[in-house]
Amino acid sequence: MGGALTVEQVVFYLISAVVIGSAVGVVALNNVVYSALFLVAALVATAGLYIILRVEFIALVQVLLYAGGVIVLLLFALMMTRGRDVPHQLSGAQQPFAVVAGVALFVVLAAAALATSWTQPEVLTGVSFEAIGQSLFSTWAIPFEIASLVLLVALIGAVVIARQEGD
Amino acid sequence: MVPLEHFLVVSALLFSIGVYGVLARRNAITILMAVELMLNAVTLNFVAFASYGDPDRFTGVIFAIFVVTVAAAEAGLALAIVLRVFRNLKTSNVDEVDSLKW
Repeated sequence: MGGALTVEQVVFYLISAVVIGSAVGVVALNNVVYSALFLVAALVATAGLYIILRVEFIALVQVLLYAGGVIVLLLFALMMTRGRDVPHQLSGAQQPFAVVAGVALFVVLAAAALATSWTQPEVLTGVSFEAIGQSLFSTWAIPFEIASLVLLVALIGAVVIARQEGD
Repeated sequence: MVPLEHFLVVSALLFSIGVYGVLARRNAITILMAVELMLNAVTLNFVAFASYGDPDRFTGVIFAIFVVTVAAAEAGLALAIVLRVFRNLKTSNVDEVDSLKW
């Protein structure tokens, strides 16, 4: 390759910068609400990466489920656990070790990814909505049903655990 | 076209940031946010491999759907536990929840 970047590559690098920058914001900021909002930015920007990969279905699922569901849940939990001492000191004394662990893990993973020679197609064809639906309800029907059971169990469990005494 | 390695490096960076967050944070909800980042990195890897592999065998996309499902279940359940802990101990910092340590 080398030479001029294509539009797709420029968009990829921009979105990746947003994803990584927002992720750093999530773990580095000392205000929990700002962290949650940076998490929204990171998750929505990742949906952009899925569109570059031509898998639009996962991009939609990402925006609907994460930005619409999980984040709202997180913000509600933040509101309800707002104690006297929530701001400041969000990171513990183990922070230097955490930096070492994170950097070491990244070096190992990136070295492994770059050292391997991957077979790559000429163009990305992507995965269509129809193909995902067909496969989900034929080949993957039983795991799909189990996933719905997992969700049901988690739902009932969450209600039972979070319920006030005496309701 | 963007080479596959670049997606893998972005995903590795995202996962490492999540690991740092899980290890460094004290607040249970910020730890959960870091876990969401790690799950997000895993999903990105699954989708990248599915997209760059054989288009007729897109198992990675199906697994990405399952990862998102389990992430939603995990978030709901974990936040319920955090709420319960906060109601009983008046804190959501994991290093202050040490009733089992004598």
